[in-house]
This record gives sequence, C-alpha cells and structure tokens, in this order.
Amino acid sequence: MKRRDFLKNTAIFVTGAATVPAGLEFMTVKEALAATPDVRWGFLVDTHKCIGCGLCVKACKTENEIPLEANVSRTWVERYIIKKDGEVLIDSPKAALNGFTSKESDQNAAGMFKVDDEDIAQAFFVPKLCNHCDVPSCVQVCPVGATYQTKDGVVLVDRKWCIGCGYCVMGCPYAMRFFHPTEHVVDKCTFCYHRISNDENSACAQACPTGARVIGNLRDPEDPVSKTIMNERVGVLRSEYGTKPQIFYLGLNKEVR
Amino acid sequence: MKNHVWRPLIVVFAIVAVILAFRAWYVPEDFGSHDRGFTFGFHRLSNEQEWKDFPSKYQSADYCANCHEERAEESANGKHATIGCQSCHGPALEHPDNPEKMPIDRSRDLCIRCHSELVMPSSARNDIPGIDPAEHNVDMECADCHNSHAPNLMEMEM
Repeated sequence: MKRRDFLKNTAIFVTGAATVPAGLEFMTVKEALAATPDVRWGFLVDTHKCIGCGLCVKACKTENEIPLEANVSRTWVERYIIKKDGEVLIDSPKAALNGFTSKESDQNAAGMFKVDDEDIAQAFFVPKLCNHCDVPSCVQVCPVGATYQTKDGVVLVDRKWCIGCGYCVMGCPYAMRFFHPTEHVVDKCTFCYHRISNDENSACAQACPTGARVIGNLRDPEDPVSKTIMNERVGVLRSEYGTKPQIFYLGLNKEVR
Repeated sequence: MKNHVWRPLIVVFAIVAVILAFRAWYVPEDFGSHDRGFTFGFHRLSNEQEWKDFPSKYQSADYCANCHEERAEESANGKHATIGCQSCHGPALEHPDNPEKMPIDRSRDLCIRCHSELVMPSSARNDIPGIDPAEHNVDMECADCHNSHAPNLMEMEM
C-alpha cells in the first residue's frame, strides 16, 4: 500500500466513523420522549363476553347521527355459527342494530338458514369497529388530505374536505368505511372522538352491558386495556395486510375474518 | 430569447400565478402535514377540534344517579346492574331540560335482544335465561310480569 492510499483510506474511515455519532446526536432522549405522545387510543374486544344484544350498534348510531334504518353502520356485530361438520355461517342482520333474536342465520341471496341445535359445535359473536391502524391504508390513498390520523392514533374524516371519491372505502381491508346517507361524504368510526377527548367513554363501550367492548390508552401501562393486551393472548384481524390494527380481540379463532 | 419563446412563456407564468393565487385563497392556513407526517397526517388541523365539538347524545353512566338515586340503587343491586339506564330510557341528551320527560322503551324487541334463547356454545349468551319470543306470552309486554330494574325469576308468581 502506498503512503498516499493509506492516508486517503484513513481520512475516509475517520470521516465515516465521525458521521455516525454525529447522526446519533441528532435527537436527545428528552426530544425522543416528547415526540411520543402520551395517549394512543386502542380497543379491546372480548368475544367470550359478547352476548349479541346490539346495544352498542344502537348507541353508536344514535350518538353519531347515523340514520338508524339506513343499511350502513360504523360498528356491527357478527354471529359465527360453526357446525360440527365444519361449515361456517356468518350473519349480521341490520348490523345487529336490534340484536340477535332469531336462531335463523341470514345468508343473503341463499336465504335464511336454521342450524339444528345439536349440529352446532361453536357459536359466538364478534363485534367489529374501525381498527384505527398504525399504518392506515385508507389514509394513504386519500388524494385530497380529507382523511388523516391524529396524534393520539384516531383516524378521522374531514367532512368539509372529503370529495367522496371512495378510494378509502376500497382501501380499507376491513370494510369499515361507507358513504353517509345524509352528509354525502365518507364516514367511519371515530372512537367517539368527541367523547374520549372529554374524559367520556365511547358510546358503544358505555352501552355494552357485559364489558365485551373496552376503550383504553395503549401508552398507559396501568390502563386495563394495556394490561390485558400485555398479559393475555390477544389477536388482531387480518394482520396479513400489514396495517397494524389497534383493535385487540380475546377469543378469536381461524374462522373469524 | 426571442419573442416567440417569451410570449407562450408569459402565458404559462400567468396560469401558474393564477393557480397559486387560487390555492392561497382556497387552502386554509392550518392545512398541511401534522403530527403523523405527510403520509398519515396531511390534513386541516382545525377539523380535529370540529370533531371534538361534535354534540354528545348519551350522558355519562353515572349521570342519572345524580337525581334518580332510588332507581339507580334498585338497579345496581339487581341482575340488570350492568345495563346502562340510557339503553332503555335514552339517550339522555340534556334531560331534564331537553327532553323534559325521558322515553321508556318497554318493547319486547328490547328485552329479546338478550333474552331470546339461542344456542351459543363458547359465548356468554348461553348463560342468559332465554325464551322463544314466538311462543312466550306473545301478546304481553315483558314488564307486565317482570321487574325490568331488578328482575328475579325465583320470586315470580308462576
């Protein structure tokens, strides 16, 4: 190695080595903590506790001014009937606005099906609501900046800014978005942002008589929702889409989609 | 540069100026990338406050007990303790000012949300006493026999 090459390489190495700590010093611990908000809303659904009364759906629609009889809803409850031969029947009549009162399962065009009691292996309810994902695909596709995520993790729609193109409706893997029949813009679950921002419970969680639905702050380690998520075996829906959903479910199984 | 280059260029500049002027007038000042960056946080900031100001319909769970202590206590000691008052009487809105009198939902449809008998193994629904609404005293209101606030099947006169 020539002396010239040696000096050149040394200079490059020293410059490179000096760059790394310079980059690390970019952000102090204090700054890093300040950048992490102390509230991140999340939700826990216990499918064992859900009794399919649909009071959550009624409360949600009333609270958020979604016409009761319109066939759209920010949240709904699905009934899964898994037969002993493996067949799965899923239904959610009127988004479970009036609960589940019949043994007949509504299979849309195929008609109403009644499963004999002794043929049922498993049957349970799964409430659904917006997952307020950490990587919300619906937000990414909005061409006008009408839908967005707040600092505390809630995905909202700006009603004055939405042009109704419907990209987000298709971009959501969970089919949570719909057109509001009277506002004529896209609508979705807001986690009752007006309630949780004022120290109130979300309408659905407050209406739930069994505590199957609980909203909580995922940044607070003492929060009941955080504690359950840390200590119990929870699952999320459709994790394969990579959207990092923030509704955590107790008691999911492979039939739940 | 020659005239034939400048002339169309001036037109282009004029169009760009008009677009920028329109944008400055149309896009609100608080529109931009906020807390979640360009990809997830590109929005009109004041919309967050607009959502926070959305009017509540349901009052908090302990609101009713402020005045209706007796009813709240009766309910709290009964089997329907976990059902919020406003599930049957609500939403409270600004009661007692508006509405002055709360509606009461006495319909069978309300009761059979939970008490229609379904076979639901692996669900808490299975543990709730249920009836077949098509056969159980079809023409009567549930509240004619059952106490909605503190129901008790054992104490009922059969």
